[in-house]
Amino acid sequence: MQIDSPKKLKDIQKSFTEKSSKYPKKILICCGTGCLANGAMKLVDTFRDTIKTKKIKNMSVEMVKETGCHGFCEQGPLVIIEPDGTFYTKVKAKDIDDIIEKSLKKDEIIEKLLFENPVDGNKIEKYKNISFFKHQERIALRNLGKISAYDLDEYISVEGYKALAKVLTKMKPDEVIDEITKSGLRGRGGGGFPAGRKWKSCKAIESDVRYVICNGDEGDPGAFMDRSIMEGDPHAVLEGMMIAAYAVGASQGFIYVREEYPLAVTHLEKAISDCEKVGLLGDKILGTDFSFSVKIARGAGAFVCGESSALMKSVAGEVGEPRAKYVRSVEKGLYDKPTVLNNVETYVNVPVIINKGADWYAKIGTKKSTGTKVFSLVGKVRNTGLIEVPMGITLREIIYDIGGGILDNRPFKAVQTGGPSGGCLPEAMLDLPVDFDSLTEVGSMMGSGGMIVMDDKTCIVDVAKYFLSFLVEESCGKCVPCREGLWQLHKMLEKICAGKGTMEDLDKMEKLSENIIRGSLCGLGTSGPNPLLSTLKYFKDEYIAHIKDKTCPAGVCPELITYEILDNCTGCMACISACSFDAISGKKKEIHTIDQDKCTKCGACVTVCNYDSILVS
Amino acid sequence: MIHITINGKVVECKDGEMLLSVIRRERIDVPTLCHHEAVEPSGACRLCTVEVTKPEWDGWCDYVTSCLYPAKDGLIVNTHAPKVNELRKSILDMYLARHPKSLKIKQLAADYGVLATSLETVVDGNNCILCTICTRICDHMGFSAISTVGRGHGKEVAPPLDMAPADCVGCLACAKNCPTDYIEYETGNGRLKIWNKEFEMVACTVCGKTTVTKEFAEHLSQQRDIPFEYFEKCDECHRKELSATMGKIANWEREVRS
Repeated sequence: MQIDSPKKLKDIQKSFTEKSSKYPKKILICCGTGCLANGAMKLVDTFRDTIKTKKIKNMSVEMVKETGCHGFCEQGPLVIIEPDGTFYTKVKAKDIDDIIEKSLKKDEIIEKLLFENPVDGNKIEKYKNISFFKHQERIALRNLGKISAYDLDEYISVEGYKALAKVLTKMKPDEVIDEITKSGLRGRGGGGFPAGRKWKSCKAIESDVRYVICNGDEGDPGAFMDRSIMEGDPHAVLEGMMIAAYAVGASQGFIYVREEYPLAVTHLEKAISDCEKVGLLGDKILGTDFSFSVKIARGAGAFVCGESSALMKSVAGEVGEPRAKYVRSVEKGLYDKPTVLNNVETYVNVPVIINKGADWYAKIGTKKSTGTKVFSLVGKVRNTGLIEVPMGITLREIIYDIGGGILDNRPFKAVQTGGPSGGCLPEAMLDLPVDFDSLTEVGSMMGSGGMIVMDDKTCIVDVAKYFLSFLVEESCGKCVPCREGLWQLHKMLEKICAGKGTMEDLDKMEKLSENIIRGSLCGLGTSGPNPLLSTLKYFKDEYIAHIKDKTCPAGVCPELITYEILDNCTGCMACISACSFDAISGKKKEIHTIDQDKCTKCGACVTVCNYDSILVS
Repeated sequence: MIHITINGKVVECKDGEMLLSVIRRERIDVPTLCHHEAVEPSGACRLCTVEVTKPEWDGWCDYVTSCLYPAKDGLIVNTHAPKVNELRKSILDMYLARHPKSLKIKQLAADYGVLATSLETVVDGNNCILCTICTRICDHMGFSAISTVGRGHGKEVAPPLDMAPADCVGCLACAKNCPTDYIEYETGNGRLKIWNKEFEMVACTVCGKTTVTKEFAEHLSQQRDIPFEYFEKCDECHRKELSATMGKIANWEREVRS
C-alpha cells in the first residue's frame, strides 16, 4: 500500500494498535549488537518456535519483538515482558520455557533472572525501578528497546512520520527552521553548533542543489550511541533527515556509516527500502511537492572521517582529509554545494521537537544547552552502558546515581569526557553541570558523549599517553602540527612514563601544545593536546612524581614499579601458574618469590591472588 | 576591488582573492612548502599562517593559512606577528626533527633561527615532507597515478598497492616539482624508470636524443590534439627547424622586395 497522505499514516497506526492489543503481553528482546553477541537471536528463535509448536492459547509469534539496544549491554541478553515491565537479564535459551510458563501464562516473577543492584545486592523487578534507567530522560533513545527495529508499521504506531506529515502539510520551511532554532537544539556530534542556525545559513545560499548528510561515523573508542540509534530506530534518523531536507530545500541525503557497523547498515538499508516501497521516500512524499531520497555511504573506519569536511570528501570518493573551513560547508560542502551535516543524535531529536513543540524542548536541560544528551558511560563504574540524561545534570549524578558508583568501592579519580580529544576532570569537578559550555570552560568537552570513569588504580600520565597514541594513529597526516606535533607529544609522554622525563619536558609540551592548537588545520589537531593539557592542569603532581621521584603512584607504568610478594603469602601457587614468564617460584605452602629480571609487570599475579599478598610499589 | 591592510600598508585586491597571492604581489616574504601556483592550495605545511583581525573584532585575532583565506574588505593582516613567527619556528622545529637530512628544510629553519631541533629526531626520517605537490599535480595532469597512502605519522606518497602504477605515463611532473628532490627517477638507454615503472622514450628523428615517454606523447596527442610526430623531434631540433624556416621566409621576403 502506498502511504500517500497523512491520513494513511493514521490508518496504519490504528490498525497496528488494534492488532497488537489482541495479545495481553509483549516480549521485548534486545537485539542490539551487544545482546546479539550474547545470543539474543537464539532467544528470539526459541521464543517463536516454542509459541508456534506448543500452540499456546492467547499467544502468537507476533508478541515477540526484536528491539533496539537498551543501553545496558553488560547485563544482556535482556528480555522485557510488557505491560508489566518485568526486566530479565542475562537470559539463556534454557530459561525460555520457564519464562513462558511463569511470566507469560501467569504473572509470576523468576527471581534468578532479575537484575541485582550492585550497590546493595537487592533484586529489582521492573526496569523502571533500576537506578540505571530511573534517572534517565529518553528523547533520542525514545524507541530503543520498545519497538521492533525494522518494522515501519510499528514505527508509525508510535507517532512515527507524524512530524514529517505535520511539516509537509502545515508548516513552511522557514517555520520549521524557526521552530528548531527556538528549541535551542545544538549539534550532538560534539561541536554544539545551533542546528537551526546551520539550516538557516544553508537555505540562504543560492543554489539549485543542496544536500543533507547524516554523520554516523562515530569514532570515539567506547562510544556507541549513534550505532545504537541507527540500529534500533533507523526510521527516526530518516524522519529527522527528511524534515531537515524539507526545511533547507534538499532533495538528496546521505547517511555516512562506518563499515564497522554492519547491523546499522542493514537496518538503515531496510528502513530506506521500506520507505521507498510505500512512497515515504522518493517523489511527492505524502502527496506533497516534497521529493527526497537517501543513500548510504560507508566509511572505512578512519576517525578523521567523522570531521565534516573529511566526511564529505569521503562521500565523494576522495581521500578523507579535512579542508580549511574558511568557507563553510553550508556554503560549499559536498560536491561544492550547500550542505547541512548533522549527527545521528541531532536528527532523531528533530521529530520530537516538531511534535511536542520548541517550547517544550527548550524547557529541558539548561538555558544554553537545551534537551538531553546520550552518553556512553564506561570504565570503573558499577553500571556501564548507554544513558540519556537532561543537559545540566552533574557528573556526580551520572557516575553515582546512574552508574552506581565506582567498582569495588574504590576512590574516584577522574572522568574523561568528550572522546579521545576530550579532557580528564578530577573529583573537584564532580558537581559540574554537564553541558557544552561548562565542559569546554574547564578544559574538556562534550564531544559526541563518551564518558570514561577512572579509579585510583589508573595512572593519569598513562591515560594521556593512551589517548595521544590514539590521536597519533588517527591523525590524517595532512598538516604538520597534528602529524608531527602530536607524535612528539606522545614520545615525550612515553619518556615520562619510563621515568626518563625532565621538568623541562613539561614546559616543552605545553609550548608545543599551544602551537599545535594554533597551527592545526582541523578539530582533530586543535583539540589533540587536550588529554595532555587537562591532565597536566589537574594532576600535575602525578607527572612530577613520575619525573622527580621516578614513581608511578597508581602502580601502572611498568618501568617505575616493582612487584613483591608479602609475608602473608599462603603459598597457594595460583600466581605461579598465572605468570606466563616463569618469574615466580616457590613451593606449596611456602612464601613465593618474584624474579625481578623476568617480571614484565603485567599484573597477572595480582589478579589471581586472593590474599592481597602481592605489593605493587 | 577591496582594500586590506598588510603589515600597516593599505593594499588593493580582488574580493575573495587568496591572501597569499596578495602578500606575494606585495613582495612580502612568507615561507611556504606545500604551495604551488599550478594546483589548488592545500594548507598542509601551515607555514603561510598569518594573523588576521578586523576593527570590529574587539582586539580578537585569528591565525589562518593565507593560501586558503579569502581577502575581505577591511581585513588587517600581520604576516610576521610574534605568535606567527613563534608558530613558524615551532613548525620548522617539527620538520627538522622529521627530515634531519633535508637541505631545503635545514635552510628554511636556519632562516627562522632554528639551527637544531629541540624535539626528538626521527632516525629514519626521509626527505618527503608530504607537501603533496606531486599528488595534486598528478591529479591535475589527469592521471591520479600516485596518492597519499595511510595516515598519521606513517603517511606516505605511493602508487596504488605499491605496484607500478597503471595510470602513470612518466610525465615527470611529480619529480620535477618536488621541493626536496625526493622523487627519484632513472634515465638511460632510451628508457625512463619512475615509481618502479619502466617507459620507452620517444627518440628525436633528427639527432636521436630522447624527448618524452611514448605513453606521455600518446596521451598528449590524443587528449590535447598535438600530433604525435611533434614529439619525434627534440626541443633543439624543433628550434633549428624553426630558425631554418624563418631564414627561408626572410630570404623569400628579400627576394620579393628586390
